[in-house]
Amino acid sequence: MTVGIVMLVHADFDRAAQIARHWVDGGCPVVIHIDKKVSDAKVSSFKATLADIDEIKFSERHKCEWGMWGLVAATQDASELLLQSFPNVRHVYLSSGSCIPLRPVQELVAYLDAHADTDFIESATIEDVTWTVDGLEEERFTLRFPFSWRKQRRLFDRYVSLQRRLRVKRKLPFKMQPHIGSQWWCLTRETLEGVLKDPLRGKYDKFFSRVWIPDESYFQTLSRTHSRKIESRSLTLSKFDFQGKPHIFYDDHLQLLRRSDCFVARKIWSGADKLYETFLRSPEDALTIAEPQPEKIDRLFSKATERRVKGRHGLVMQSRIPNDMWRHGKSCREYAVFEGFDSLFEDFIPWLKRTTELRVHGHLFNQDIVEFADGETMFKGGMSNSKHLRDYDPTGFLRNLIWNARDEHQAFQFGPQDNQSIHWEFATDPNACVAMITGAWLIDGFRKGLPFEELRKTAAKHQKIESTHRDALQSGYANAKSRIWTLAEFLEAPAENLSLVMNDISPGLGRQITEAPKMVDLTGFGAFVQNLKNEGMNPFVLGDFRQDDGREVSEKPARKPYLVR
Amino acid sequence: MTGFASIFERFRREGQIWLSRLGNLFLSLVNLYRLRTKRRRFLARAILKRRELKIALDQTHLIQCKSILSFSTIRNEIDRLPHFLKHYRLLGVDHFLIVANNCTDGSVEYLKEQPDVSIWVTDRSYKASRFGVDWLTWLQIRFGHKHWTLTVDADELLIYPHYEHRPLAALTQWLDRSGQTSLQAMMLDMYPKGEIGTQQECDLNNPLKTLRWFDSGNYSFQIQQPMKNLWIQGGPRARQFFESDPQRSPTLNKIPLVKWNRRFAYVNSTHSALPRRLNQSYGVNGDERISGVLLHTKFLDSIVKKSQEEKLRKEHFNNSELYNDYYDALIKNPDLWTHTSVEFQDWKQLERLGLISSGGWA
Repeated sequence: MTVGIVMLVHADFDRAAQIARHWVDGGCPVVIHIDKKVSDAKVSSFKATLADIDEIKFSERHKCEWGMWGLVAATQDASELLLQSFPNVRHVYLSSGSCIPLRPVQELVAYLDAHADTDFIESATIEDVTWTVDGLEEERFTLRFPFSWRKQRRLFDRYVSLQRRLRVKRKLPFKMQPHIGSQWWCLTRETLEGVLKDPLRGKYDKFFSRVWIPDESYFQTLSRTHSRKIESRSLTLSKFDFQGKPHIFYDDHLQLLRRSDCFVARKIWSGADKLYETFLRSPEDALTIAEPQPEKIDRLFSKATERRVKGRHGLVMQSRIPNDMWRHGKSCREYAVFEGFDSLFEDFIPWLKRTTELRVHGHLFNQDIVEFADGETMFKGGMSNSKHLRDYDPTGFLRNLIWNARDEHQAFQFGPQDNQSIHWEFATDPNACVAMITGAWLIDGFRKGLPFEELRKTAAKHQKIESTHRDALQSGYANAKSRIWTLAEFLEAPAENLSLVMNDISPGLGRQITEAPKMVDLTGFGAFVQNLKNEGMNPFVLGDFRQDDGREVSEKPARKPYLVR
Repeated sequence: MTGFASIFERFRREGQIWLSRLGNLFLSLVNLYRLRTKRRRFLARAILKRRELKIALDQTHLIQCKSILSFSTIRNEIDRLPHFLKHYRLLGVDHFLIVANNCTDGSVEYLKEQPDVSIWVTDRSYKASRFGVDWLTWLQIRFGHKHWTLTVDADELLIYPHYEHRPLAALTQWLDRSGQTSLQAMMLDMYPKGEIGTQQECDLNNPLKTLRWFDSGNYSFQIQQPMKNLWIQGGPRARQFFESDPQRSPTLNKIPLVKWNRRFAYVNSTHSALPRRLNQSYGVNGDERISGVLLHTKFLDSIVKKSQEEKLRKEHFNNSELYNDYYDALIKNPDLWTHTSVEFQDWKQLERLGLISSGGWA
């Protein structure tokens, strides 16, 4: 007993002939169906190349349009011819011209010998199927589809919506549930004869000829009534991408295909010389009866599909320019923004670098120069510290920075003296973790001892900028994780607050800190603030900062480092 | 009374919305019409400029209906041509159609010996021919119709996902099946380590042996209206030569591979094309389409000498005077390498870095 092959061919005749010969060499008779659309000259030359083999027959030609009845009619005729002409065939294997047997034919025969009364046909009820891509599930059966999806798309869509509006619902001519599954099956002689010689076949055929993609449902449904034992899977490895077209195998898939232990794979690119050469060679190794294991290939293709459909979060590149950055990632991973901390603590940046594993930049958006971590002039990815280049595309600059060092957790300093064009960008980024001490920048002015007149002017300006930014962080559009204190609030419990921030950035980070940063000497700051007030400014960003607070801080041993829990 | 007022108010508001929609529709139709006129003007120019081309070697009878064709304009590229032809033959280009503009270094003689090249020569202005695009558009009208066409300069080497194992025929077949008619491939400026003009052991059989380095993540991306083409800038040239005026730094986006139709036209070199759907081979919903890169081998050591020449010829930029600084910087023999430069390995590395994507082509 042996296996008969039904082969549906519409192009790449050289390859088809090669495959047909291979099947015959393995002892399997072949019946070939050639699409009616193929020119007569091509058909006759193809037939001539295979004329020397008796085990190859050609069945009556039908027009094969994807999704239409022709494919089923072709399969029916070819199967009938096969069963009639080769009485020693026990299983019939449906394949195409671009299918390639991955394992020696004898192994397939032996495998089917071991499963003599099993039908291998993927067949599932509509409710259980998730792979349909066109949105037509049950309607495949209950509507009529006289138009081609590929060539008459508009008519197809219109007719579907018209039928929906008219609530057309065809009745099934049988009681059982319709099933669908992969077009490529392997049925036993008994089942196939049962389907083909069914007394009600005329009625079935009439019904299915108006079903959408009948080649995925005709045999899948009818074999349920005739089969003794159905194994619902296809022996042909065939994967579909998100558009519903089959993935194609190339030379570089060789190892993957070899290790899959599948019997037949589709679709193979006709130019994949190495695949054809390798798999159509006569077997050298001893035969095995391993079970097919397509999981690895599944993973490869599902990963590719995910990349195609979802892309890499937070990446903008030449073939991924999301128009809705919020949904598709403003940045690829989390990062931290510190505002005011480097003014309040003397050695904040070196301290942060010492005690955590963060990559700590200075003021990246400094008006004069980009302060990369460690005073570097260039950062990963070829990013330059030029302010012009940064300000040409600040959003892109930040996105590139996070992407280029995506193996690291980065942090940078920010303040009202910096270029503000970026501030909404990270305020709305869920990956950003912002810790802000408002008014801390005043300490810089206080310590520099600038002329009071000048200081008064910039202070007013910075205060305005800072409160705008704070409003952004607190607005309904903000998505960043943020903590905001006024300087006075922060000074109430610096240690606790610092540890809160650290835990926000990365849970548990607060506990790792054993050493505290050194706070600047605030002696006289209270008087300085009072002086500003006396000059008519209202430094509200400082919070409720009274004169004696400053004194208090300076009198208590503030310069002594304290421990942060 | 209030009921009437509110109904009136509602109608007024809806009327406004519809009016603005109508206005937008009108504007977009006007834009489309303008682009159509622009495209037809380019085609007309190309047809007029055909007389500037004189055929030097005609082997176009070798072109078959499925041939993949390559179109280039060259000027004194004898150094790069052997590797250029080798690279693209390996990728499966079937025929090269080349316009040689004012060649004096034996490029034409070299090309005449090749079995798969057709050559046209011209001594007219490169700039007046829209930087060679008019000439190529004419050749594309004549020979490119319904072919997959590659339009590249001699210093651009196309690389796309799986290129080592899958020739252009596999890629184009897959693009056809996915309903995509063009491939996005940005230019990646390749440079040596050390001063560009004083490289030892410059191997002309493979310029990539010297030019091994590139910038991996300093590019900016914009979509430009009304053609919806990309505008990519950045890379070593932007940071080195256009640091103070990034706006003027070179455009890096390119669409070198197109399923051609005789009614198509490139607009600005191969940076953008019309009809504008050819420019839209990027995903806008967070998805990734397939893309490649053109490895740009401009910075061979001959660039220093060439820059002196080009500065005088003024044939490469619309307002050449503005680019004198650029040429001066190149003449000074700069070093583009930094410790952040990345050494080129293969396409998978480029995909990991986020420069290209295999976009579902597993």
